[in-house]
Amino acid sequence: MADALLEIRDLHVRVGDKPILRGVDLVVCAGEVHAVMGPNGSGKSTLANVLAGREGYEVTRGTVRFRGADLLALAPEERARAGVFLAFQYPVEIPGVGNSYFMKASVNAVRAARGLTQLDAIDFLGLVKQKAKELEMDEKFLSRSVNEGFSGGEKKRNEILQMSLLEPALAVLDETDSGLDIDALRIVADGVNRLRSPERAILAITHYQRLLEYLVPDRTHVLIGGRIAKSGDRGLALELEKRGYAWIEAEAR
Amino acid sequence: MRGVAAELAFERIFQSAPRERAALDAWRAFAERGLPTTRDEDWRFTPLAALEALDFAEPDGGEIPADALAAARARVGDARRTAGALHAPFGAVLEAKLAPFSALNAALAERGAAIDVSADCERSVPFHLVRWLGGGAQLASPRARVTVRAGARATVIEHFVGAPDARSLSNSATDLVLERGAELHYVQLQELPETAFHVSSLASRQAGDSRLHMTSLALGARLSRVQIAATLEGEGAELELDGLYLGRGAQHPDHHTTIDHAAPHTTSRELFKGILDGRAHGVFHGRVHVRPGAQKIDAAQTNRALLLSDGAVIDSKPQLEIYADDVKCSHGASIGQLDPDALFYLRARGLDLAQARALLTTAFAREVLERLPVAALRESLERTLHDWLAPRSAR
Repeated sequence: MADALLEIRDLHVRVGDKPILRGVDLVVCAGEVHAVMGPNGSGKSTLANVLAGREGYEVTRGTVRFRGADLLALAPEERARAGVFLAFQYPVEIPGVGNSYFMKASVNAVRAARGLTQLDAIDFLGLVKQKAKELEMDEKFLSRSVNEGFSGGEKKRNEILQMSLLEPALAVLDETDSGLDIDALRIVADGVNRLRSPERAILAITHYQRLLEYLVPDRTHVLIGGRIAKSGDRGLALELEKRGYAWIEAEAR
Repeated sequence: MRGVAAELAFERIFQSAPRERAALDAWRAFAERGLPTTRDEDWRFTPLAALEALDFAEPDGGEIPADALAAARARVGDARRTAGALHAPFGAVLEAKLAPFSALNAALAERGAAIDVSADCERSVPFHLVRWLGGGAQLASPRARVTVRAGARATVIEHFVGAPDARSLSNSATDLVLERGAELHYVQLQELPETAFHVSSLASRQAGDSRLHMTSLALGARLSRVQIAATLEGEGAELELDGLYLGRGAQHPDHHTTIDHAAPHTTSRELFKGILDGRAHGVFHGRVHVRPGAQKIDAAQTNRALLLSDGAVIDSKPQLEIYADDVKCSHGASIGQLDPDALFYLRARGLDLAQARALLTTAFAREVLERLPVAALRESLERTLHDWLAPRSAR
């Protein structure tokens, strides 16, 4: 087995008084794509948010290691700088903050942490325009406020644009496929595929199988009731598409 | 008067020189009431104890130091810096309504600046009036009148700066007069040291189809009180009233605005934003008055305050008085902290907490700043705001 990039062991997470994750074990190695599927309320988004460090999620047991170090001890910005990226399910609109200005600040914060030189305005503009073009994204979105007035699909594309600029070691996609039409889905998936490399890994959280037609996973996991109830190869995703989740729920009991 | 130290000092200053008849009347109007107290409804949230205790002196006539002048000019960029002379009596528009500080100004101000713009004037270059407040505890009484003639357009920036650590009081009065179809952008930029006091009485009168965009930027001073009385006297007159106030430490920025819709078919839009940190106490009082028979009025008022600390306070009081039936009036106030979802989003992209806060706070203020009429001012104020937020980031 290759080096483990992300190692989740016996992870228990509570939101308020409610236990959501109840013992998740998951190991993602460099170069791999993993899909996490599951019915609504199974804890998929909680898993994504805990990995990114959002407040309000209490880890009551278990560990998460990223490149061998304790990920849970890091502030959200430290995780981003270490190479963890969350593509948000609901990207936030931030009026008054220019999209391009924000992305430049983000790229330079991450570059500084990696000991790289800062990009100046001209270098950055060249880079962001090229990446936007790859995602067939109109340049007008660069000069607008962050996500303000973007359609659902444009917001998701903006997430993938940020991902392609930051080149994270681990990209966590939280239902990035939801709200996308079939053309947008292909463009977004192409963007993710361009990031694939032997050093990187992708954790794609999704409700549907259709993203996985473009973004072929090495492993598929089914999250039910806060635990991984079944893991398999790509065939598992296809089977879920046909049969739903009930049979796994039955098996898990 | 109650005989507090500041009142006695004002009286001494008044009697130190021979005064005109109008000044005498103005002094009587001030002396009848003296300095307001928090028992006065209009001053409920703004105690003047710190000001009352000071033994003010006459201005020493000192000029603004060259470096301070250069810094003030750099803010605004290319501008006209000369104005005509204005002599007492000023025939001021709204003295009574803005009493007692405007009465005090009229009693003590001997000269002022007059800007009179006619339609054939050069339009694009703004006027820049720099008001210097000397050190120690001086009382300054700057006075200005801006007249924009029928069909003319002008931009005027009245800019208050002062000696470091001054405990002086700048008690200014400014009249804005817009004739038919005139257009004026007036910006008051107050960046006095955080030890000084600033009271500004601003009165505007607008004839039909005139357009006034007034912006108050209250960035400095220990205590600042900007009182605005805007009157829309002619049909089709439009007023846009913007404000941005910053407070930290024990600063106390107060805006008290009255918009008087005295004619039908008049429009006002008011947008104030405040950023308060430390133990700062902000006050916004927005009164909109629609007179009987003034139909087809459109008035909208918004005050939003961002509280960056647990100790910061805002008192916000909208007051609509409508005596006509065919009007559209709205008001909204919001008080809040930075959006936690937006903060998390920025941090999840690698920006640290201080950077994320600064970015969101600047964005909050930008709605007012981006409407400023002078590009150099917009840009320099963004930097000022950034510097203002910087000590927070260092904590």
